[in-house]
Formats: sequence, structure tokens, C-alpha cells
Amino acid sequence: MSKALQQKLTARFGARILAATSQHGDEAVVVAPADWREVHLFLRDDPSSQMQMLIDLCGVDYPDREPRFEVVTHLYSLTKKHRLRVKTAVGDADGDDAVVDSLLSVWRSADWMEREAFDMFGVRFAGHPDLRRILTYPEFEGHPLRKDYPAARTQPLVPYREGAGVQGKLAPFGADEGMPFGRQTHGAPGSPEVN
Amino acid sequence: MEPLDQDLDESELELPAEPMQLKMGPAHPAMHGTVRMMLEVSGETIVKCDVQVGYLHRAFEKMCERGTWGQVFPYVDRLNYVSPMLNNNAFAMAVEKMLGIKPTERCEYYRVVLGELARICDHLTCNGAMAMELGAFTPFLWFIKARDMVWDIFEEETGARLTHSFGRIGGMAKPPTKRFKEHVRAAVAGVLALVKEGEALLLSNRIFIDRLDGVGVMTPELASAYGWTGPCLRSTGVAYDVRKAHPYSVYDRFDFDVPVGTTGDNYDRFMVRLEELRQSARIVAQALEQMPDDGPVMVEDARVTLPPKDEVYKTIEGTIQHFKIVMEGVKVPAGECYSYTEAGNGELGFYLVSDGSGTPYRVRIRPPCFIITSALHHLIEGGMIADIVPTFGSMNMIGGECDH
Repeated sequence: MSKALQQKLTARFGARILAATSQHGDEAVVVAPADWREVHLFLRDDPSSQMQMLIDLCGVDYPDREPRFEVVTHLYSLTKKHRLRVKTAVGDADGDDAVVDSLLSVWRSADWMEREAFDMFGVRFAGHPDLRRILTYPEFEGHPLRKDYPAARTQPLVPYREGAGVQGKLAPFGADEGMPFGRQTHGAPGSPEVN
Repeated sequence: MEPLDQDLDESELELPAEPMQLKMGPAHPAMHGTVRMMLEVSGETIVKCDVQVGYLHRAFEKMCERGTWGQVFPYVDRLNYVSPMLNNNAFAMAVEKMLGIKPTERCEYYRVVLGELARICDHLTCNGAMAMELGAFTPFLWFIKARDMVWDIFEEETGARLTHSFGRIGGMAKPPTKRFKEHVRAAVAGVLALVKEGEALLLSNRIFIDRLDGVGVMTPELASAYGWTGPCLRSTGVAYDVRKAHPYSVYDRFDFDVPVGTTGDNYDRFMVRLEELRQSARIVAQALEQMPDDGPVMVEDARVTLPPKDEVYKTIEGTIQHFKIVMEGVKVPAGECYSYTEAGNGELGFYLVSDGSGTPYRVRIRPPCFIITSALHHLIEGGMIADIVPTFGSMNMIGGECDH
């Protein structure tokens, strides 16, 4: 169903649609970060597309790729009942320079989703007026969903107490003892499992 | 202590003219313990509101990247912990979509019945808690009693009242118990009778209606721009229900209605949930009618199905297959997919990325109530402080899902 939409996009934007794929019945297009907002605006306003809803916006980290992060949106049209996934890639190997235009002026739901993607991956959205952390706290260091962020790392706001015979509140586990189970299969090479 | 009759300059008695800052939550009974609102109030009117979430953030998505695909089920239980079965079904469907597996007929019906029962729990909790936060404690007890009848079914079927972890890739953990249909029919009849009594206490109550009617109004255009789905979107008059718009599982075989509201206020959200609960009961009745009485609830697929215990103990092939599924996990082919279902709060989506191994590369959940809560400030700005309670209650913000 959204194959027609992919063709329409290719006809309109030509080589600026870098790829158009289909897997498991989901259609996707890949665009450059510079075309990010324009393509979404077209998808919202074009009569054959009518994407009234930005269903989801998230990031995915591929440390081996350059650019490193993928920013993925899922769009849905209430009137046409079709869906489309749009992707772009940003950021260098260190995760810096990951900047893409904000979609907040296109759909209001982009507000919190972009804040979440910023919080979790460190992708910045140019034009977002209030790009704060949303799920973690302002003092938090790093971006937890990056593959090189150790899953067992803890960042307590109240420091752990040390030594035997400490009176009062002791943290339930030490800074290096969090969650011994599980397998980290995607850890970046050289990164310590536990900080 | 200063003497009370002290002569004060007139100007010193004036209240400051700038808006007052008021912090509401997270330890406020109506904030469900997980949300904080920074309010700027002028008198009792809210000028500006900043909703802060994340107090229940457990890095669900990061945890999923550490275990096998099957080990995600206990985590999804803890997303929307009021209707965990719907989350189980949604995640199982997403992985099955990537593997190209179609569950057995009996499993589909089993999932539908348990899922709709979970939806009934979800709506009962939301409406009951909202009434309680407005001071109507008795209907809350009625609704919770009804919810307990459904939880008894879950306990009988899965062994757990709340965190079932009952879904499996390719089916369900266990077949239905022998008297499943009989129990469900009795429970649903009991629930509907209790709901009728409970709503009679509320809907003829002038105070309750006045607190809801015309408060927290949302327009359909704004609701879709904010990405609302589920009962909240339908209360504005947009009849978008994933079960009707894109029937998944066996939902195309049931006759049910999608209730919609007209004005998108708190009253509409309350009534849409009440009516959906009855529609869910209709679906359950039809599904029980059509559900086959025997047959497997798990697909026969060596990639995902654990071999029978007898084979595991007696044959080397069985041992190896069991070991590989448990230790390495189900090998999901490389690629990505987005699978979406109608959960208690709206469209629950899973965007999965696999690198072909037994461990998920990325599990992205699209939590419906995170996105609904992002529009909360719009509903309460310009209103009174007291209106926050019913407006926030009617959105059914579930901390586990909202904060991942």
C-alpha cells in the first residue's frame, strides 16, 4: 500500500531519497539529514500521503557505522490508513555532531520523542526550543542507550557509603556490583563492562 | 513573636504580583507517585505547566539488549503493569512477524480472550482510580472487586496475578485449563454486574459529572498532532482503533463497536472506557464461542519451540535443541520491523532491530501513554488546580510504560 507512496517520494525528490526498502510488510525510505524536515513536511501535506500522525521517533546506535546513529520515524495516516518509516543517519564515530532538524513544527508529538532521543542517544534536534533530558535527570552523564554505555554502570545522586559499621542508609549494592547477570554481546570493543 | 496589632505599612501587606511557583508531585497521591508538575499559578488558575516524567525509568530498552529475545517477556510485563497480558501479546506478535510465524488457531483465540480480559482490568482501574481521586471511594472498591475477579482467572491460567510472563515466541506458555471457558463466562458476567452498580453510583452524581464535564477538552486535530491513540483519541471523535483499522490476530472475526466521544473532555474519556469495557466483554463472549477446545497453543517450529521434556532427557537432538534455544536464544533473522497492537492506552508498538543473533539489537517500545502525557500541559493550562486531578486521572498514565 505504501509502495505507491515510496514511488511518489522518489518521483518528487529523485536521488535525494537514498533508499526505499520493504521488509516484513513495512515500507521504509532513507533520506539525508538535510532533507529530513522537508520530506516529513511533504508527507504530512501531500494529498496522496496525508500523514496526520507522527507515531514514533527513536534513535538506533550502530557504533561500527559512519554516520553512527539512525534516527527513525514511523508515520501514520488516519484517512489513508497507511504507514511509512523514514530514516536518516547522523553523527561521527564519537557520537558528536549528531544534529538533525527538529520536527516539532511539523507534529507536536515530536516534542517529547525528540527529547527522549536526545536523552538516550545524544542526538540533537536543531530548532527544538526545550531540548532537555526527559527520562533521566539533569546531572546524568552520558547517554544510556548508546552501545558503549555500560549497562551495569550506576550513577547515584547520593554517593554510596563505604566501610564497615556504617550507621544509617547504605545503598543496596555497591557501584561495581549492579546486575551481575545477563550477557553484553554488543559492547563496543575495549569498553569496560563495569565502570 | 511580633505583636499582632503592629502598625504595618499598607504596601507590605500586598501579595506579590508575579505568578507563584507550585510543585505538584511526585509524592502526591493523585500523581500516581511518578510524575511531577511544575506549575505557575496566578490565584487558582494555572498559567504554565511543565510535566516532568522519568521517576520510574528503569532503562527497559537497555535491559532488552542484554538477554535473549525470550527473556524480554518479564520486562514487558512491567511496562503497563495494569494490563501485562496485552504487552505480552504485542511483543510476541512483533517477534513472530520477524520470524514469519503464524500462531495456531487456538493460541490466537486464547490471546484474544486473555488480552481483552486485561483490557477490562485496565479500564476498570483507570475509571475506578479516577473516581477515587475525586473522592468517590465506594465505586473504586466496586471496580477493584471486579478487577479481582478477572485476576483470579489470570491466576488460574498463568499462576500469577499481575506479572504473568505468559507469552512465548510462537504461542503461549501453557494451554488453557480445563474449565477455562466456564470460569471466564462466570467472571465476565460478575464484572458487568459490578460495573453496572459502580457506574450507577457515579453517573447520577451531580458533583462527579460537574468535575468531568467540559474539563480538559481536546480537539481531534490537536489530538492527532500530539500522536494520541486509544481511548483518549477516540474520546475526541476519531474512530481509530487498531483492532478495527488494521485487524491483527483474529479480530476481523468478531462483531464489536468502536465507541467515540464528541468533545474530548474528561467525561468523554470516562464514558469511552466504560463502553469499551462492555465491547471487550462482547469480544470475549464471541471468542469463547469460536475457540477450539483442543489443539496446540504453541507452533511446531524447531527454531522457537522447546522440545518435549521426554525428548530432552532421552535424545541428544532434543538436548541440543533445548540448550540452543535456552542459552543462545531464538535466532531472529537480521532486519527490522514495526508491529503495532491496540493496548489499554492506545497503539502499543514495538520497533525491533535484529542483527541475526539470539539477542535483540534494539527493542524500541512506542508507549502510548508517554505520548498522551506529552499533551497533558495543554489540557491543564488555563484551568484550575483542582481540575488537574480528574484530567490527569482520565489519561491513565501508567508509570511503568510512560517512563520505560
